[in-house]
Parts: sequence; structure tokens; C-alpha cells
Amino acid sequence: MKCQHCEKPATFHITELTGDTPVELHFCEEHARLYLTQAQEPEEVAPSLAGVLAQQLKVGQTAEDLAQLDQRACPVCGLTFYEFRHVGRLGCPHDYVCFAEELEPLIVNIHGATKHVGKSPHHGARGTDHQTRLIQLRREMKEAVEREDYEKASAIRDEIRELENRHDKDKDEDEDEG
Amino acid sequence: MKLEDLAEQCGEWLRGSGPESDIVISSRIRLARNLAEYPFVRKCTDQDRAQIERTLRERINTVSEWSALTYLDVDALEEVDRQFLVERQLISREHSESQGARGVAIDPSEKFSMMINEEDHLRVQVMHSGLDLESAWEQVNHIDDLIEARVTYAFNQRWGYLTACPTNVGTGMRVSVMLHLPALVITRQIEKVLRSLPKISLAVRGLYGEGSQAMGDFYQISNQVTLGRTEQELISQISDVIPVLIDYERRARDFLVQESERDLHDRVSRAYGILCTAQTISSEETMHLLSSVRMGINLGLIQDLGITTINKLFIHTQPAHLQKLRGVELGTADRNIERANYLQVHLRKQENGQDPEKN
Repeated sequence: MKCQHCEKPATFHITELTGDTPVELHFCEEHARLYLTQAQEPEEVAPSLAGVLAQQLKVGQTAEDLAQLDQRACPVCGLTFYEFRHVGRLGCPHDYVCFAEELEPLIVNIHGATKHVGKSPHHGARGTDHQTRLIQLRREMKEAVEREDYEKASAIRDEIRELENRHDKDKDEDEDEG
Repeated sequence: MKLEDLAEQCGEWLRGSGPESDIVISSRIRLARNLAEYPFVRKCTDQDRAQIERTLRERINTVSEWSALTYLDVDALEEVDRQFLVERQLISREHSESQGARGVAIDPSEKFSMMINEEDHLRVQVMHSGLDLESAWEQVNHIDDLIEARVTYAFNQRWGYLTACPTNVGTGMRVSVMLHLPALVITRQIEKVLRSLPKISLAVRGLYGEGSQAMGDFYQISNQVTLGRTEQELISQISDVIPVLIDYERRARDFLVQESERDLHDRVSRAYGILCTAQTISSEETMHLLSSVRMGINLGLIQDLGITTINKLFIHTQPAHLQKLRGVELGTADRNIERANYLQVHLRKQENGQDPEKN
């Protein structure tokens, strides 16, 4: 099937439900992007497929719901859902946890699946909470420095060091056992 | 190994020696990975990026079988050098054009490269000549194992390998095959054939990756889905389809030879003629003509030119390669003249029976 606007093959099939009857639209990637991107945000850097879909998928029921969702930020990296929707890139591994519910329909749309069945790493599949905490601590330390709260920054830096040391020790023990 | 050395040699996928290499130029597998203890690249501070780059570079350095790898600080390279790497498919356009600490490790035989701080912290790609997905997978899987033993990847049980863009999550694997389909283009069947691919969740792009025209009748087929299938299933999905496409192209070529050999021969010869004698020529026109000549060689209509030479010419007539080979920066007009010179020299040599190929 061809794109409605040009000769390229249609890879996006969109069903608009805003009118009385559902309308089916068929676009190539370029025209889909043009159709779905209403306003150009100044921050926007070549919106990716995921960003464009995220914008269009009505994740909340109402505009208020969506506005509220947009405010939600990842505690670890600070990415807001609004940012994700407009740029199409996530901020850190933890986003897959804290926005899991919202990402799910998007991921189903792209991949037709929600569970990974392929290769797993041999090490470190035991969980990466420790590393996630490190990302968060580093960000908090940076913000403390920006606020000129050097005492706090220092405390966080100590915590980071301790976590890193403990992790190295754990890893060494792992290797001894393994 | 310096970039100038690379320019002279024939990269792996240019050899034109793999299976089905009259139509399949290369098979490529790329894995996207991120370190667990940093944000994704876009949300990284400069310091994060520097640390990631240093960590990965140092860990890669500890692998003994990679002692011959060349590591390049992409951020410190001149634009022409970055462009050179893009033309050679060793880094992506995005990697060349973005900002911030980033690097690439390159295998001397150019069978694989590892980009650091592209869209994800680590992107490993393996490229083989011809249709060779199974062995490309073995190689990239092995590389992944070696790195994974030295770092902690961002991974969770549900979503698999975690990537900056949800379009890559899960296996983080993009499998691509590059095909040369001039006969399908001439017989106007290309649209119909390509249109069928999205139905089996395969994407098609023109030469040189995302969003470009299908210059020179080269098409890259890749998987759209990365989650919910195993790596083997994703590879099978493409390797099942490629023989069908190859068959279509071969039949279209047979058809052209049977029904209009004279016209075909004429087209191919004229292309060869222009390439041999033009005084100035753009890279677009060059691609277009080289495509005809390449088909002509495959069909035995052009005798005195080899596939390796043609493959090389595709690359060496690109803007950055011309400049690196010449050793001087050139503006567009000068490049068009240089390109014409280069073509004359290399095509005429073949005619006179001299073989510039020493590899």
C-alpha cells in the first residue's frame, strides 16, 4: 500500500478516532512524522519514531490527565514524560521502570510484544538497583553543587564512594565464587 | 594504523567475495548496549560522557584478542576524517555529527567497529561481505560476551537490554542486508517488491542508512522489531526473505538480457564510457553510472573490469575519500574534477590490462 502523500510504501497505518467515524490513514515514515508533529518545539531534535508515536498515543483520557502525566519525572535522572514525548529518547535505565505503564502501549505498537525472550547477560542479571542508585546520587550531587550546598554535596560524594567500593568488593567475591 | 592507511586498503565488505555477492553487498549486525550506572547519553553530563568513554575504552583495551584495534577519538577528528569513516560505514552519520566525548574502536580488517557514546553508550557492529548473517552473528555475539564480562550492562528481565530509544529495546539488535537491485529498478518492479516488506516488519532504506535516497540502486533491508523475538528468530526472518529478493533480481536481470540485450548492453556501455572520459562528474551521477556498470559486469557484458574495482570506486569517489586519497581538502567543484580524474585513471588502467589491485 502506498503513502497517501507520495509514492513510497506506507509503513504507518493510523486510525483517527476524533470524528464521528474512524478514519484510516496510511503514510510513509516521513509523512507520518509530518502529520503527527503539530508544533515544532524549539528543543526538538529530529523527532524519532518513538517520540512521534508517544505524542499521538492518547496515554491519558483527558487533556488534564496528559498534562499531569507530562509533569511526572523520573526520580533518578529527572526526565519528564513531556520531554520523552517530544524528543523520543529516554533518560536512564530506570525510566523503563518508572514509566513502565505508559511505555507499554508504545512498545507494543512498535514491536508487537512486551517481554524479552532473547539473550541475557551472564553476569549482572541479578539486578542493577545499585547502579541506578549511583545515577541518582550523582545527579543529586551535581544539583547540590549548583545550589552551593557543598556540605550536602560532600555527604553525597562519600555515599557514592562507599557504594562504589562495596560494589567492587561484591564483584570480587562474585569472581572468586564464579 | 592511520586513516590514510585505511583509505588505500580494501575493507572487508568491499571485497565482493561473500556468498551471493553479485547482488548482496554486505550483511551487518549491530548491537546496542548501555552501562547500568550512567544515564543514557542524552541525559549525561559532560563528565558522565568522559567517564563512560574512558571506562569502555580501557575495558576494551584489556581484551588480548583486540590488541590490534585502532581507537579513534571521534570528537577530536577533523570533519573530513569523520566523513571518511561514515563513507566507509565504520561509524554512523549521527556519530560523526553529534557533539561531546565519543570514540570508535576499529578492527584492522574492518569487519567490526565499536562506537562509544552514539545514541547508546556502546554500539557494536559487524559487517561481512555478501550474505553471511550466521557468521556475522557469531562474531558480534562473541564481541558482546567479551565486553559484558568487563562491565555491567543496563538490563532488566522484562524489557531486556535497555536502550535510549524504545525502538531498540530487548535484543538491541539491528540486522541489515544491503542489496544491489538495478534490474528491479529498470523494470519498475522495485516499488511493488519493497512495499511487501513492511508487512513482515522489515524496513527498507536507501544507501548509507537513515533517510537517504536509494542512490545507485542500493537498498538496505533491516528488522523493525527488536523485542519479543530471539536473536536467531530475527536473523531467520531476514535470511528467509533475502533469497526471495535475490531471485526476483536475478529474474529481472535474465528478463532484461533476453528481451532487450541490445538496449541493456548499450546502457551499460554508455555508462562505462562516460565514467571513462568525463572531465567533471558529481557523486550522484557517478553512483548512478557505476550501478549500471556493476550490473554489466555481473552479466558478463563488461569484460575487462572486476567487481572489487567497482566496489572500491563506489567508496573512493565519495567526497571524503577523494580528499583523503589526494591528501588535500577540496571544494565541490574541485572534487567533481578530481572524481573524474580518479575514475579515468582507475578505469583506463583496467582497460590497458594493468591491474591496480594488489589485494
